[in-house]
Amino acid sequence: MADLSTNFLGIKSPNPFWLASAPPTDKQVNVLRAFEAGWGGVVWKTLGSQVKNVSSRYSSVDYNGYRIMGLNNIELISDRPLDINLKEIKECIRLFPDRAMIVSLMADNNRESWHELIKQVEDTGAHGLELNFGCPHGMTERGMGAAVGQDPEIAKMVVEWVMEAAHIPVITKLTPNVHSVVPTGRAAVAGGTHALSLINTIQSVTGVDLDTFVPNPNVGGKSTFGGYCGPAVKPIALKFLTTISQDPLTSKVPVSGIGGISTWRDAVEFMLLGATSLQVCTAAMRYGFRIIEDLCEGLNNWMDEKGFATIYDFIGKSVPTLTHWEELDINYHIVANINQDKCIHCGLCYISCEDGSHQAISLSYGKPYNTYAIKEDECVGCNLCKLVCPVDNCITMKEQRHGDEYLNWKEFQRRGLPLNDH
Amino acid sequence: MALRNNRLTNEEYDEHFSDIHPPFETHNAALVEANRCLFCYDAPCTKSCPTSINVPKFIKQITTENLKGAAYTIFSANIMGGGCSKVCPVEKLCEGACVYNLMEEAPIPIAKLQRYATERAIHEKWPLFTRQASNGKKVAVIGAGPAGLSCAHALSREGVEVTIYEKEGKGGGLMTYGIAAYKVTPQFCQEEVDYITSLGGIHVLYNMQLGKDVLLETLQQEYDAVYLAFGVGMARQLAISGEQLNGVVDAIRFIYEIRTKGYPEVPVGESVAVIGLGMTAIDAATQAMRLGAKEVTLVYRRTEAEMPCTAAELNIAKLDGCNIIWLAAPKEIVGENGHVKTLVCEVMRLDERKLPVGTGELISLNVDMVIKATGQLPYTMAAPKIDNEHGRVLINEHAATNLPGVFAGGDCVNGGKEVVDAVQAGKEGAKAILKYLFREVE
Ligand SMILES: Cc1cc2nc3c(=O)[nH]c(=O)nc-3n(C[C@H](O)[C@H](O)[C@H](O)COP(=O)(O)OP(=O)(O)OC[C@H]3O[C@@H](n4cnc5c(N)ncnc54)[C@H](O)[C@@H]3O)c2cc1C
Ligand SMILES: Cc1cc2nc3c(=O)[nH]c(=O)nc-3n(C[C@H](O)[C@H](O)[C@H](O)COP(=O)(O)O)c2cc1C
Ligand code: SF4
Ligand code: SF4
Ligand code: SF4
Repeated sequence: MADLSTNFLGIKSPNPFWLASAPPTDKQVNVLRAFEAGWGGVVWKTLGSQVKNVSSRYSSVDYNGYRIMGLNNIELISDRPLDINLKEIKECIRLFPDRAMIVSLMADNNRESWHELIKQVEDTGAHGLELNFGCPHGMTERGMGAAVGQDPEIAKMVVEWVMEAAHIPVITKLTPNVHSVVPTGRAAVAGGTHALSLINTIQSVTGVDLDTFVPNPNVGGKSTFGGYCGPAVKPIALKFLTTISQDPLTSKVPVSGIGGISTWRDAVEFMLLGATSLQVCTAAMRYGFRIIEDLCEGLNNWMDEKGFATIYDFIGKSVPTLTHWEELDINYHIVANINQDKCIHCGLCYISCEDGSHQAISLSYGKPYNTYAIKEDECVGCNLCKLVCPVDNCITMKEQRHGDEYLNWKEFQRRGLPLNDH
Repeated sequence: MALRNNRLTNEEYDEHFSDIHPPFETHNAALVEANRCLFCYDAPCTKSCPTSINVPKFIKQITTENLKGAAYTIFSANIMGGGCSKVCPVEKLCEGACVYNLMEEAPIPIAKLQRYATERAIHEKWPLFTRQASNGKKVAVIGAGPAGLSCAHALSREGVEVTIYEKEGKGGGLMTYGIAAYKVTPQFCQEEVDYITSLGGIHVLYNMQLGKDVLLETLQQEYDAVYLAFGVGMARQLAISGEQLNGVVDAIRFIYEIRTKGYPEVPVGESVAVIGLGMTAIDAATQAMRLGAKEVTLVYRRTEAEMPCTAAELNIAKLDGCNIIWLAAPKEIVGENGHVKTLVCEVMRLDERKLPVGTGELISLNVDMVIKATGQLPYTMAAPKIDNEHGRVLINEHAATNLPGVFAGGDCVNGGKEVVDAVQAGKEGAKAILKYLFREVE
């Protein structure tokens, strides 16, 4: 049995899975049920000054019968009275002292408001604070949320205000609605934040209703840009996470990974790219808290298989393998190979290579089944056929190096080697 | 014991003859299956459909909720795509070729999806096709069965005026009069015929029999071309003694009555023997059972390896509780007071060429009804001057008979295959006729 316990800046939790700041964490009833189900911690739904929500609030991107590949929301921070939230947070900590309780905050844009809010939250016994610099709707218009996260100078200033008052660990949650998260990440670290978390939601329009012509979600005939999350955003979240893990300054602080985590496999990927704890929102909203069981068991089994005793044995392991394009080995070459015994003759590899790649697959007509084979000389090793093939391990890529030695683009240019030679 | 009708309650009849392949209950159920389709390139399912419906395309169209497009994709290849989705032996056609079979997984339920897309179109009378302006040509079609209707529709789309001569009072051919009642309802057949003819330019003259009410020579004079699609009709005789006894019936006749008279009206025996193991035999046996026979036995000369029906069809009969006697050939039907009492069969064995030969050993079955389903003989006496082979109309590669301007297709040419083959034949016939009509003009 591997040890899943996590120590994030002294905030301990029995496993690295926290519920992200969102509807699942905005009430005592939910949070207690989540703790009973086994979640390691929660980031309480963002507290701030009173807000008012609209309906409808969510819309989704469905794909090929899969519902909620991406979720979009135009919800604001907690719309419940602050004193009730504070009372409930305290009660949850009392009932489950071994779980992480982090409280997300978004105060009005002045030092006093932040100080006042932090004091009130610390009085509950919470273990950490998360600064919401990411909410992309509603709050930005008032100069809060993503408006802070998008401007490193303001972000740094707010973090500094917070650090003046905070006695417990502070995590700064970044917005992905920027070209790069690194500048704000650096600013937050320079301002003194203890940790970073990312990503918050991405501004989006999920789609337009073809009958009403109003984009989703429809609020009485009008819509607005909402925040995108769920499985669809994972690749973007991983990219941002990697840049934070690679940067010399931001890599010094622990990172809580967020964005599209639905399975233990996603979780491992986030950890391999540098996350120490993981936050989940959409998957819990979609399937309920019970997914924690497989998250933990899957992670545990994987760690046992790989021989990792604690999560610290593999966090960040994949970061060094992400490099710049210029560093890649140009002499490395692969070609596709079709296992004719496994092939079901669907022709998907053929047509995608024919129309979308390098016409490197041949077709011999048959009734009803055609035979498909790779023309190795034409194959550029792009992977497309392997990606489209519906049969596991039917198409594999064989290594056929162009040269023994490692040769990157810079060296290639320096030597003046010929371009377009195949 | 004489044959008896009205053996069951109305509820029992309804239950026995309800849809054997029920449709999707919900849109979602259809979507789940449609989304499984891989959208194969040069798809084997399409290649295995005699009418070459672009199966992956119409299935994709279902997933994008383009149901009109899906229906158009189907109908433009097969105007009887609605009926075919209920009666096609898909396990040996499209679904039999689905690549999922090669993964040992259930194939895409193509027919069910096809039904999903077409049934709405037919019920709601979507006008998916328009005619070209009339080109002044007139063609007569004999028979409003699948081949005739398909030919007529294709011709009319191109602006030809079509007149169909049909000897029965309703269209649809064996679809309406022959196919097992638990596959298609008379009401559906009617709707389908109406849908096809709603295109316009197709005039059906019912109760008009070629050879009796109208002659081929007359039609040749009055029309620019004639298409023969009169199917097959006569049951092959067993040529054994006792064949004329009361209680010996021809399967096609038996089924025709089920389709036309209403279940309680059709007499059926207590103990029934069905001779043959083709689709007609299966249909006759299962429907006899469903009409209330106590015992139904299929008698077949060869073994399971040679049977003409598919395994899926045999399973329907088995599930209905029919018995099968392999390697037995009818030798004599013995009667009592003019009515069937015993069917005497000879036990057969297969020789090296897999042909059945008698062993001399006899077995007797006590039955009060014998249904003959040993195949039909195509008939050409409606058009006696047509070249034929054992009654099958002979055509060249352009669907043309030996008489100028006279074309033919469907069961009357192939001797009896499936609806989908007849529809394809009708399409090909129309193409050949158009070529003939317009090349002549030039
Ligand atoms: C018992 C039985 C069950 C079957 N089950 C299936 C099944 O489940 N699935 C399947 O795909 N196929 C099935 N078939 C086969 C299918 O019904 C035929 O292949 C198909 O109907 C042939 O179409 P057709 O247009 O060539 O002929 P038909 O359907 O026979 O149509 C011929 C038409 O011509 C008319 N006609 C005949 N003579 C004249 C004349 N002299 N003048 C004017 N009109 C005339 C007839 O009344 C009829 O309407 C079955 C056949 C039988 C016999
Ligand atoms: C309905 C909804 C409300 C949210 N509210 C907040 C919030 O109040 N504060 C916050 O920091 N993030 C909020 N988020 C963002 C999530 O915490 C999380 O960053 C994002 O959903 C990405 O994770 P996921 O892909 O697992 O959902 C909200 C997300 C959703 C879907
Ligand atoms: S995609 Fe895979 S299964 Fe399909 S034809 Fe190509 S190799 Fe065969
Ligand atoms: S017409 Fe029949 S064979 Fe052709 S695709 Fe449809 S169900 Fe399959
Ligand atoms: S063979 Fe099967 S999976 Fe492929 S296109 Fe046809 S129905 Fe779809």
